Amino acid sequence: MTLAVNLLAVVLIVAIIWWFWLSTATARSMGSNRLIEIQVENGVYSPARIEVPLKQPFTLRFIRKDASPCAEKVFFEGLDKSLLLPLEEPAEIELSLSTAGEYAFSCEMKMYQGSLLAKEII
Amino acid sequence: MTVRHFSIGGMSCAGCVAGVEKALKSVDGVVASAVNFAEHTAEVEGSFSSAALIKAVVDAGYEAALLQSEEDTAEKEAAEFQYYRSLLKKAFVAALIGVPLFIFGMSGMLPDLNNAQGQIVWFFIGFATAFVIWFSGAHFYTGAWKAFKNHNANMDTLIALGTGTAWIFSMVITINPELVPSLARHAYFEAAAIIIALINFGSALEMRARGKTSEAIKRLIGLQPKTARVVRNGKEIDVVINQVGLNETVRVRPGEKVPLDGVIIDGHSLVDESMLTGEPLAVEKNTGDGVIGGTINKSGSFLFQTKRIGNETALAQIIALVRKAQNSKPAIGKLADKISAVFVPIVLIIAVITFLLWFNLAEEMPVSYALVTMMTVLIIACPCALGLATPISIMVGVGKAAEFGVLIRNGEALQTAGKLNAVVLDKTGTITKGQPSVTSVITYGEWQEKAILMLAASIEKGSEHPLAEAIVSAATAQNIALADSQNFQAVAGHGVLADIDAHHVLLGNAALMKKNNIAFEQAQTDARRLAEQAQTPMYLAVDKQLAGIIAVADPIKEDSVQAINALHKLGIKVVMLTGDNKHTAEAVAKQLSIDEYFAEVLPEDKEQKVALLQAQGKVVGMVGDGINDAPALARADVGFAIGTGTDVAIESADVTLMRGSLLGVVDAIAISKATVRNIKQNLFGAFVYNSLGIPIAAGILFPLMGILLNPMIAGAAMAMSSVTVVSNANRLRWFRSSGAEK
Repeated sequence: MTLAVNLLAVVLIVAIIWWFWLSTATARSMGSNRLIEIQVENGVYSPARIEVPLKQPFTLRFIRKDASPCAEKVFFEGLDKSLLLPLEEPAEIELSLSTAGEYAFSCEMKMYQGSLLAKEII
Repeated sequence: MTVRHFSIGGMSCAGCVAGVEKALKSVDGVVASAVNFAEHTAEVEGSFSSAALIKAVVDAGYEAALLQSEEDTAEKEAAEFQYYRSLLKKAFVAALIGVPLFIFGMSGMLPDLNNAQGQIVWFFIGFATAFVIWFSGAHFYTGAWKAFKNHNANMDTLIALGTGTAWIFSMVITINPELVPSLARHAYFEAAAIIIALINFGSALEMRARGKTSEAIKRLIGLQPKTARVVRNGKEIDVVINQVGLNETVRVRPGEKVPLDGVIIDGHSLVDESMLTGEPLAVEKNTGDGVIGGTINKSGSFLFQTKRIGNETALAQIIALVRKAQNSKPAIGKLADKISAVFVPIVLIIAVITFLLWFNLAEEMPVSYALVTMMTVLIIACPCALGLATPISIMVGVGKAAEFGVLIRNGEALQTAGKLNAVVLDKTGTITKGQPSVTSVITYGEWQEKAILMLAASIEKGSEHPLAEAIVSAATAQNIALADSQNFQAVAGHGVLADIDAHHVLLGNAALMKKNNIAFEQAQTDARRLAEQAQTPMYLAVDKQLAGIIAVADPIKEDSVQAINALHKLGIKVVMLTGDNKHTAEAVAKQLSIDEYFAEVLPEDKEQKVALLQAQGKVVGMVGDGINDAPALARADVGFAIGTGTDVAIESADVTLMRGSLLGVVDAIAISKATVRNIKQNLFGAFVYNSLGIPIAAGILFPLMGILLNPMIAGAAMAMSSVTVVSNANRLRWFRSSGAEK
């Protein structure tokens, strides 16, 4: 019994590391109009991981449905950009990324987290 | 797809409509557009950039501005209040079950789990708390599950796991108590309910406190009047502000707010601009003067023509700038951001390790201890306080600065301003009023004062230099007729030369005289005496002979001495740059107790002087007018632009001082220091809370002192940690301006 509990706990730790740090959600692609709608609700951005075209302008349209003040702002790390999200109203930001890579965005408390995966899209 | 409305200016006939429509439709993303010639407006539908659309219209030869709908803060506040009420309701319902259970449990009034009757009672209690978890805590569980699916973990994850573990363990032992030793048979239903009540209550308190952090921006938004009295077809009618177009004539009566930005076309008045510039004295406005939306007309009635509407008004730009700055993060918060991003999974791992340690090492009731400590670790950890520590203080600090007419461009500038140990001040227009006047005229040889003034004013009449304007004003005041000049030449940093009435005239400093081999030794004693009285002497030579000296003095602003003294008190070295000769510079420096000065500095050399101080290891702030001093402002660690009124579009400056006073620099530095101190307190509190709270929750005190933290106390601590951070940031609202201490 003790051995089983210990083993289970070790497996759990490995699973936490794998699921939250080593594995990532599948990135959602943008449409041909280079615009994607992101729902802000229940502690998550949906979609949270988005594939965006490199060196081309694209638009993120946020729809905030969570009245919690935590969800009110979205910060784009490394881009020095932020956006205020009014409740139940679309808020858009146009971005263009010149370097390939993953760019995080989050609420001010870092509870809502998402990322933009910038890559050449053929 | 959105619909936006624009005011279109410059349409003189119905034929212009086609031109404007063509320009509108040329913009990417425009699906449909309709131009209304009568109202001079356009309705445009599609997904497009307003800036691109305005540019297209302007390129086509017309004017355009977005008719912005008024920000409805009331609606936002109503939504926030509703959310606040819902949090309180959830907290109340959870407490309604949790608190009696806790009291009955503590007083031994609840049945034992070791018999069938007790099991039945606990089974119903379990269902009652399940209802509470569903009603008051469902959002934690939904959030945790959705975050999990996205490979993410957040505060909801911790609360859901903590309370979920408590409920499941309690229900398992209620159904089958034999699974754990008899001493460990304790249900934690009340803990789950009370924790959910506390977290909801804490969120409601946090929300209440957060409302105060955005007071500054709400006050700015509140300055915008809702209607304007527009003159249309000869009649004055009240029009909703977002329906007022460009170049419309608007009436402002005494006591009313100026609705938009424009230029007075009839009448005069005193206008109170303190709400935007921090300047307490009302400003006199006459025909031709600009007025700013949101300011208050104190006395006369006047008509003005609108020049900026919607997003283009000074008030809208100030709001946008303050919001942008409030949403930026300085370097000080970067470490907390990095920790916040990985915080929850680390806490999950610590919780599992805590479980294992207690499970393997506890001498009695290992499962109970393991579960309770694991649950407490999950509940006490607070990533929110950590993430909130920096942005919430920036929000209050930047907003507070705006109240004093100090616009800070971003969080980085706010942080650096507090580290300044040298401030460089441009003399003219910064320390002084920038309105020089002629104070002395000395003549040599047979020259008369009027003749000297006539020649000097004639040569300077086309110049916009403040010293030139002073000479022309002096000549005009004495009704001296000016002559035409020919072959005018300006020598940067030296002076001017031209031919007037067959005379070759030179007007400038000693360097200009030397360069042109003028003998001026006899005048140097006079020049030095004038300079020592803080006057700027200019030599006038006619046909290679010295004819006179004209001295000009620029009065020092009333509060410059106070500001420089305040900078000294903050331990900051004050340096002055001036194009004046060293005697004048020395006199001004002595009068104001300035630590160091650089005289005879050419405009292009200001940047070098800033760099020189930086090379000496100083963190340098440069204060200038934002236009002539742009390179020096950009070079400085923090560039302060002294604006005129609400000239907020000074791109080269990190900080714009809308009030033309050096006290704004003192305010900016003091607010920066106070905000950074506040951020450090918040970060320290959040780090200490988590680094002490988590080990204590894990039971580190138990082997030494026999103390084990109750998960409900952990819930209360967690709920209050964010409230503490927000409340501490709110203390910045009591910051007082140095001008207020005057």
